[in-house]
Amino acid sequence: MALLLIVLLPFIGSLCAALLPTNARNAEAWLAGIIALTVALLTAAQYPQLAIDGVLRLTIPWSPTLGLDFQLRMDGYAWLFAMLVALIGTLVVIYARYYMSPADPVPRFFSFFLAFMGTMLGVVLSGNLLQLAMFWELTSLASFMLIAYWHHRSDARTGARMALTVTGIGGLALLSGVLLIGHIVGSYDLDAVLAAGEQIKAHAWYPTIVGLVAVGALSKSAQFPFHFWLPHAMAAPTPVSAYLHSATMVKAGVFLLARLWPVLAGSDLWFWLIGGAGLCTLLIGGYLALFQNDLKGVLAYSTISHLGLITLLLGMNSELALVAAVFHMVNHATFKASLFMAAGIVDHETGTRDINRLSGLYRAMPITATLAMVAAAAMAGVPLLNGFLSKEMFFAETIFAERTEWQRLLLPLAATMAGMLSVAYSLRFVHQVFFGEPATDLPHQPHEPTYWMLLPSALLVAVCLLVGILPAATVGPFLRTATDSLLGASAPSYSLAVWHGLNLPLYMSLTALMGGVMLYLPFIGRNSERIPLLGAIDGRQAFNWLLGAITDLAGWLLGRLTSPRLQIQLLVILLVVIGGSLLPFVDGPLHFGEQSTIELDPAFALLWIVGAVCAVAAAWQAKLHRLAALILAGGAGLATSLTFVWFSAPDLALTQLAVEVVTAVLILLGLRWLPRRDKRYREGKREPLRAHLRRLRDLLVAVAGGGGIAALAYAILTRPTVDGIASFFVEQALPQGGGLNVVNVILVDFRGFDTFGEITVLAVVALTVFALLRRFRPAPESVALPAQQVEQDVGTRAPDLAAGLPTGYLMLPAVLVRLLLPMAMLISLFFLLRGHNTPGGGFVGGLVFATAIILQYIVGGTQWVESRLRIHPLYWIAIGLLAAAMAGVTASLVNDPFLTAESWHASLPLLGDIHLSTVLLFDVGVYMLVVGATVLMLVAIAHQSLRSLPRKSEAEGAP
Amino acid sequence: MELTLSLAIGIMAGSGIYLVLRPRTFQVIIGLSLLAYAVNLFIFAMGRLRLGAPPVITPGLGSDPALYTDPLPQALVLTAIVIGFATTALFLVVLLASRGLSDTDHVDGREPEEE
Repeated sequence: MALLLIVLLPFIGSLCAALLPTNARNAEAWLAGIIALTVALLTAAQYPQLAIDGVLRLTIPWSPTLGLDFQLRMDGYAWLFAMLVALIGTLVVIYARYYMSPADPVPRFFSFFLAFMGTMLGVVLSGNLLQLAMFWELTSLASFMLIAYWHHRSDARTGARMALTVTGIGGLALLSGVLLIGHIVGSYDLDAVLAAGEQIKAHAWYPTIVGLVAVGALSKSAQFPFHFWLPHAMAAPTPVSAYLHSATMVKAGVFLLARLWPVLAGSDLWFWLIGGAGLCTLLIGGYLALFQNDLKGVLAYSTISHLGLITLLLGMNSELALVAAVFHMVNHATFKASLFMAAGIVDHETGTRDINRLSGLYRAMPITATLAMVAAAAMAGVPLLNGFLSKEMFFAETIFAERTEWQRLLLPLAATMAGMLSVAYSLRFVHQVFFGEPATDLPHQPHEPTYWMLLPSALLVAVCLLVGILPAATVGPFLRTATDSLLGASAPSYSLAVWHGLNLPLYMSLTALMGGVMLYLPFIGRNSERIPLLGAIDGRQAFNWLLGAITDLAGWLLGRLTSPRLQIQLLVILLVVIGGSLLPFVDGPLHFGEQSTIELDPAFALLWIVGAVCAVAAAWQAKLHRLAALILAGGAGLATSLTFVWFSAPDLALTQLAVEVVTAVLILLGLRWLPRRDKRYREGKREPLRAHLRRLRDLLVAVAGGGGIAALAYAILTRPTVDGIASFFVEQALPQGGGLNVVNVILVDFRGFDTFGEITVLAVVALTVFALLRRFRPAPESVALPAQQVEQDVGTRAPDLAAGLPTGYLMLPAVLVRLLLPMAMLISLFFLLRGHNTPGGGFVGGLVFATAIILQYIVGGTQWVESRLRIHPLYWIAIGLLAAAMAGVTASLVNDPFLTAESWHASLPLLGDIHLSTVLLFDVGVYMLVVGATVLMLVAIAHQSLRSLPRKSEAEGAP
Repeated sequence: MELTLSLAIGIMAGSGIYLVLRPRTFQVIIGLSLLAYAVNLFIFAMGRLRLGAPPVITPGLGSDPALYTDPLPQALVLTAIVIGFATTALFLVVLLASRGLSDTDHVDGREPEEE
């Protein structure tokens, strides 16, 4: 439970933080600080249990049939990282309270900050690789939001986009790698994966997996060649840089490499890929850090370089190197976060981060300077500080590992070189900013910041010193549990001590220290603008070029594959469909079956002669005679409906018939707003030859498509039936569904969830239609009343809305239609109630009722009906949907799955036996929703005819 | 019967395809209706044709699947008919709105240059 709280608390806090007012700086900071501290204490409280059990687990079943659970898993390694995330988070919150300006909208900052903390804890504590990949992507998103926090600045936006693109692509690669691992192991459970190391290494996909996981981890940890995004991410507020881009998020990559180290490491491929990337990054990052003029730029490149060191250690395929890597992750987090805070303080108090402008700040801010110096010394690897210890371990690994001759020469050399670079840029950072003549042209007069801003940095520096002097007593046990949990029985023995005697690593350290000082000497008093050698290699340019090229390629492909013209696009789709359905016949022609057929009934032949003529005539007339085409299409629909009757599908026939009526009315209502066409064609303009050719082409496509589907239909109809799942539905309809009408039982019971989805779609469509028509603006030429209506209205008065009886020439039909309404209601209810046992049901009933209402519109006129209508379609839709949902939830009350049918039998006096079922409630929901949706759509369109009235009067009234 | 129904499906599908390729929105909406009839009949026919055997269980006869026609395609088609109605309504309104905004009923929202 505590594990769940650790992950959930930050997210809850994030929501709360988002809801606080913009200027609530103190409340925000208190909230975030308390949450971070609580998480830290909760995590710390797990340690005793962890030391006994080794691993703490929490599994919440999510989709057990798919084998997907929400799994949290905390071992020593995860504990160490979670502590790091929570503690540094707490410190950064305190720092951020004083760093952020009162003008900044802090709710956004703290909300995303806490969300990031939650996602990072999710990465660290995930017991399932898929879940880890998900949290991994979420950290990228949170980082994106935080880098772009000052979104009015273009560098912040560019940097955020670049970071998201690079780490997002890496996340996709990681996901692919995880999927492959899951496929080999048969589970995404971290324990199962860690136990299957040999199996994965022996598998043919091993290189692919290593490659994909490497892309994911290296891009996240800003390793060569993906390192370029990190310096651009420095556009973020400094607390974000301190937290995400040095201490935690960029560590996720190396965290994962170490997590999967027992599974993936140990091969030459691992050494070359991970070790190679680490070595390149270590040197390139260190070299570039030396030439940066922005304080945060120096720190960004040095972060890249130190992460390279960790990656190189992980790539060395040695257990001791892994220990050193984990140790350095912790050490780097402490001194680098502290350095970022110092850089932020300098920026905050002087108004600039330009190393060339800053100088001699020691006098103005001695405490900041001291803290920065100690932290920088830790970064440089000066003895008695924590950076020294892990660097020594790194040096020792480069020489003592069993390797080939040239590697034993090259690795120590490169390591010493990197050490020198590290010393040189640390020295430059401290010397140029804090020493020399005090700068005079700074934007603000520098002074010491408030002590609260110094406190987090000071605490971190204290940790650097403590760990550096008393490693075994402070970090020792925790490091031991972390590495034991990673390596299990094969964990090596090592000693954390400051003094190991005079040995080669110590000489290497001394060489690096002295070499670094020498390397720095030429930089004193020099403003370096250009970066020699590597200056030409700009990752951002390559990235932008690549992005541009991919966009161009996508645009080119889109231009080839699609057309802005609908006709062309549809033609392509149809041709692909026809061509695709021909593919199975490459091997042999389509052969018809032997099944005996039903003898042709002349009436059926006649029906379809009419139906086919209707269809073809509708196709022919749709251009110029819309009303005729609509009636003809209705004829084809009627033939379809009768066919359903003929072949034992009464439910379909009823529904088709009702839908037919409603659709016809709907389109009739729409016809009024379409342009008149007769005039242009009455002039007898000759059509160009191309138009004829195009029609011929479409005719051929239509014949091919129609012929194809006819052949397929006949081929299937002459084959014997396949033993499908139909028998289940027929056999179980009565025992399980309690209904005789199998189709209705399938709809409201067996596949009730599908129907629920379907009626939701119907509701959404109705609402969309309603919304679209609220903003409907008819074309000017359609606004005036149609000629027919004008002719009809000659000599008739405007309708009297208050009259009890309708007036005018439609008086008799109107009276009849009004009498029809209650009858239709009764019939629709009859269909609804009998639907479970005989043809009918909610759909048919609803459509019948809706038809009755629209008849009132047609005959009585829009104004007359709307002045009397007591039906609110929106309520009907809502109540219908709620009723259907209620029917589903009722089952959950008695612990059955959603939408299980529950029924009650009761015997009442007078009424006799009563059978009530949630299925009926569900069907009532369907009924109400269909009524509501249909009426809403029809009424919305019918109502449009009123639009022309006020406009017309306006036009008349205008001078 | 089977042949007649197959031909009917083919003719309606063909008419529908031809109309869907036409330039005016009204032609397309009628074409989609015809295509929907054809496709619904096609799916329905996948359950094979039976005379006088609706999938409504007669209590006296019992629930032997051989006595009744396949109910599954019918349930699918019933759903398809209702959804087809919803999409037709949506398309109609989009078509009207497009006509109101662009002053043309061409499917691309503007009259082609030639013709």
